[in-house]
Amino acid sequence: MNFIDYYKILGIDKNATAGDIKKAYRKQARKYHPDLNPNDADAKKNFQQINEANEVLSDPEKRKKYDKYGKDWQHAEQFENAKQYQEQSSHFSGQKYSRAQSGSDFSDFFESMFGGSANAGRSRQVKFRGEDYRAQLQLNLTDAYKTHKQTLSANGKNIRITIPAGIENGQTIKIAGHGGTGINGGPNGDLYITFSIANHPGIKRLGNDLYTHVDLELYTAVLGGEITLDTLSGKVKLKVKPETQNGSKVKLKGKGFPVYKKDGQFGDLYITYTVKIPTHLTERQKSLFTELSKS
Amino acid sequence: MKATQINDLIAVNEFCVNHDIEIAFITLLQQNGLIETSIIESKCFVEKEQLPQLEKFVRFYYDLDINLEGIETISYLLQRIENMQNEIVVLKNRLRLYEG
Repeated sequence: MNFIDYYKILGIDKNATAGDIKKAYRKQARKYHPDLNPNDADAKKNFQQINEANEVLSDPEKRKKYDKYGKDWQHAEQFENAKQYQEQSSHFSGQKYSRAQSGSDFSDFFESMFGGSANAGRSRQVKFRGEDYRAQLQLNLTDAYKTHKQTLSANGKNIRITIPAGIENGQTIKIAGHGGTGINGGPNGDLYITFSIANHPGIKRLGNDLYTHVDLELYTAVLGGEITLDTLSGKVKLKVKPETQNGSKVKLKGKGFPVYKKDGQFGDLYITYTVKIPTHLTERQKSLFTELSKS
Repeated sequence: MKATQINDLIAVNEFCVNHDIEIAFITLLQQNGLIETSIIESKCFVEKEQLPQLEKFVRFYYDLDINLEGIETISYLLQRIENMQNEIVVLKNRLRLYEG
């Protein structure tokens, strides 16, 4: 556990007044507040450090303790014992207000010096909505193709969610009330789940459309015929028209990906044919091709 | 205009008491087009779905000391960030099509 220089974090010197601290905190908070830096983990980490620095330096008791024992935080326990003795001698205890910050957001250094709870002299007792949690869920393309249920563990609770068919890679859904617990009786935050959908071998997805390559026998490409194709919805029989060129594309309407939250609506499946030239020809086959080439 | 269920509305009065803020602040947000309010039987309400946004504005104003003009600018820029982040997701998905 390393010593944290709270003065450096707030960009102030050791002689800073309460006003200087408040000003510096607000300046830094405006820069790194999570509301102003959506989906930025670094900003969130910086904001937690700034909050922690402000928590200590804006409270005269904590600041005194930090200034005295900061670098020798291991000896802070002695200070705590002395403080407890003083408190026991007094019958009065001032009311303290909770900030919108849970103990778990503080560093080990802070916890070691001041314990888990974070109390500061805030003049306004406000009900805060709990923190929003963000999680990532990995799915296969085949999972995302069908509406299905999954059980997740969030905030120590198991929650069963329904994942609608057609969810996009990178799409985020909100599970209301499953984020952090509200402060001072405020509502719980929300849980945001971002889906990461793995690529499927042989099938690519763009929006609701699917793209695949199909190998075609030369004879089928030349003369036409019927092939059976594996799609995400099962096997499909497909007619190949005669004289199909290598690299030509066909569209199977409605055989693509389900449209998110629109029952019965599907994108299209685009097939690109790759004509396979036969190998290991027999003498007879070679002579037939020669004859063809002369006709 | 979309229909709103009465259950989906939060009384502004109640919100202000819970957050220890002045009603005038909500009025200012509404006048500047940052939130929408509805008047039902002479009581002012906000839609439940606007709550996270409204709480964000409260934090900007009261905790970060950002004035209304600042909130308006930030709100516009955050919307742009969100749009760009969504666009990045779409472009990344499109890129996967050619890379994978």
